[in-house]
Amino acid sequence: MAWERKVGKAMHFTINGKNYDADPDIRTSLLDLLREHLNLTGSKKGCDHGQCGACTVLVNGRRINSCLTLAVMHQDDEITTIEGIGTPDNLAPLQAAFVKHDGFQCGYCTPGQICSATGMLNEAKQGWPSHVSERLEGDVELTDDEIRERMSGNLCRCSAYPNIVDAIREVAEEPA
Amino acid sequence: MKTFDYSRADSPEAAVQGGAVGNTRFIAGGTNLLDLMKLQIETPERIVDISRLDLNEVEEGEDGGLRIGAMVPNADLAANPLVTARYPVLSRALLAGASGQLRNKASTGGNFLQRTRCYYFYDTAVPCNKREPGSGCPAKDGFNRIHAILGTSDDCIASHPSDMAVAMRALDAVLVTLKPDGDRRRISIHDLYRLPGDTPQIETVLEAGELITHVELPPPPVGKQSYRKVRDRASYAFALVSVAAIVAVDDGRITNASLAFGGIGPMPWREDAVEKALIGQVPGDAAFNAAADILLADAKGFGSNDFKIPLARRTLIAVLRELTGDAA
Ligand SMILES: Cc1cc2nc3c(=O)[nH]c(=O)nc-3n(C[C@H](O)[C@H](O)[C@H](O)COP(=O)(O)OP(=O)(O)OC[C@H]3O[C@@H](n4cnc5c(N)ncnc54)[C@H](O)[C@@H]3O)c2cc1C
Ligand code: SF4
Ligand code: FES
Ligand code: FES
Repeated sequence: MAWERKVGKAMHFTINGKNYDADPDIRTSLLDLLREHLNLTGSKKGCDHGQCGACTVLVNGRRINSCLTLAVMHQDDEITTIEGIGTPDNLAPLQAAFVKHDGFQCGYCTPGQICSATGMLNEAKQGWPSHVSERLEGDVELTDDEIRERMSGNLCRCSAYPNIVDAIREVAEEPA
Repeated sequence: MKTFDYSRADSPEAAVQGGAVGNTRFIAGGTNLLDLMKLQIETPERIVDISRLDLNEVEEGEDGGLRIGAMVPNADLAANPLVTARYPVLSRALLAGASGQLRNKASTGGNFLQRTRCYYFYDTAVPCNKREPGSGCPAKDGFNRIHAILGTSDDCIASHPSDMAVAMRALDAVLVTLKPDGDRRRISIHDLYRLPGDTPQIETVLEAGELITHVELPPPPVGKQSYRKVRDRASYAFALVSVAAIVAVDDGRITNASLAFGGIGPMPWREDAVEKALIGQVPGDAAFNAAADILLADAKGFGSNDFKIPLARRTLIAVLRELTGDAA
């Protein structure tokens, strides 16, 4: 079988609908690729060990921790970062709701919170249960307990949690 | 992180051929392997990427059981309608583990093989027999709040961290593997893990380059199912003690019991005698305490984990009350 190390061969990525070429070391995490090689610095590094959620991005629509995966593994995927969720002139509903409800203080966890919430709302729409769901089947009603449990992979050192929940609840309640 | 050669496998056969070479690791979700590689606890020279293998299906078996591809993500398995309807203890165990993001990546195969969260194992500045055989075990006389109370040895007292594997043990799961020589074998979960003894670095019976391709579940045992996890915070924390339980009551007597425990042993723990003690009994605290006595007869704490002995008893009793309708 063919082995690659750092072969000087470009890797190709699709991020926020755009094509990127880069030539990172084989060890580069998806997070470091975004921040250090492609200047997409919206995704943040908190712990680098899957514990804080600051690095959350969407891969093929699913939220993951970009610090715990290798860039080289994602060359055929559609990657969405906070830069692709909305822009300052055209905020996504979750972004607008975070502003309206003061869903942050320092803002460091916010890109991860918003990417995570984007993936989470989708999971709930598909009827995925959570640890606090009374029933494993049927439609999901996003109570505050449900939102908190489903967002527990995103820590906020400023503890803006009540306002983060307010922001997400508002978007969850919007008619689709 | 030490550098490595990387290759993406396009078939299980290619994966095991790549995996057979020296110091090679498979990478599935990567959520445990990369964590450990960043700390240079794992230092593979080669990585075989198995994440694109076509092992993503959850299918009904002919016997009424289930066949789960090794790459099925934990999140998908937890939400699968066949699992939620017939193996709710498995959904519950999966949902009690990690976070939404991690469950989206963590695979069924990788979850079984995740390594202990022992603090000393994670700290390369100190000795650890599991990391460096023969170097010693500082946990025994150190901080051991999360460590095992059953199945420990002089050389290692680490606990197994998986929630999923606890439910799998209660459900009598069987792992289907492919070996580099092309042989397939079926390994009962009851035979997968090894006690630490004097070789705590060897955790399972899997051979070098052996790939888990599927996990098979027999038809669900009769009875109600539950997973109860006790931890330091309500979410996003490993188990101190957990119980996966399936219990049936008929005509006022317990007719079936399947009980597996997390957080208390070096592997998901199950003890036939505990279940036998319950069968035929009238549900109630007398029978439940007798079962707990058997489970904990050889339990041994190491100081900061002494509390797990009474906690395991209470958690077992609570789950038995819940499932036998005896809840106060
Ligand atoms: C912050 C954090 C919190 C967590 N909390 C919990 C928790 O509460 N409960 C819980 O149970 N888990 C928890 N986890 C652990 C998580 O469940 C595991 O990391 C995950 O299940 C591992 O799966 P993976 O596919 O990512 O494995 P990988 O990291 O890809 O692989 C792990 C190991 O398995 C081997 N492997 C993988 N697939 C196969 C295969 N098919 N055949 C043979 N070998 C294979 C790899 O070579 C490697 O040695 C947590 C993890 C983190 C980072
Ligand atoms: S308990 Fe096991 S893993 Fe922890 S320090 Fe001792 S030998 Fe290492
Ligand atoms: S930086 Fe990835 S989870 Fe903390
Ligand atoms: S707003 Fe500061 S960490 Fe969340």
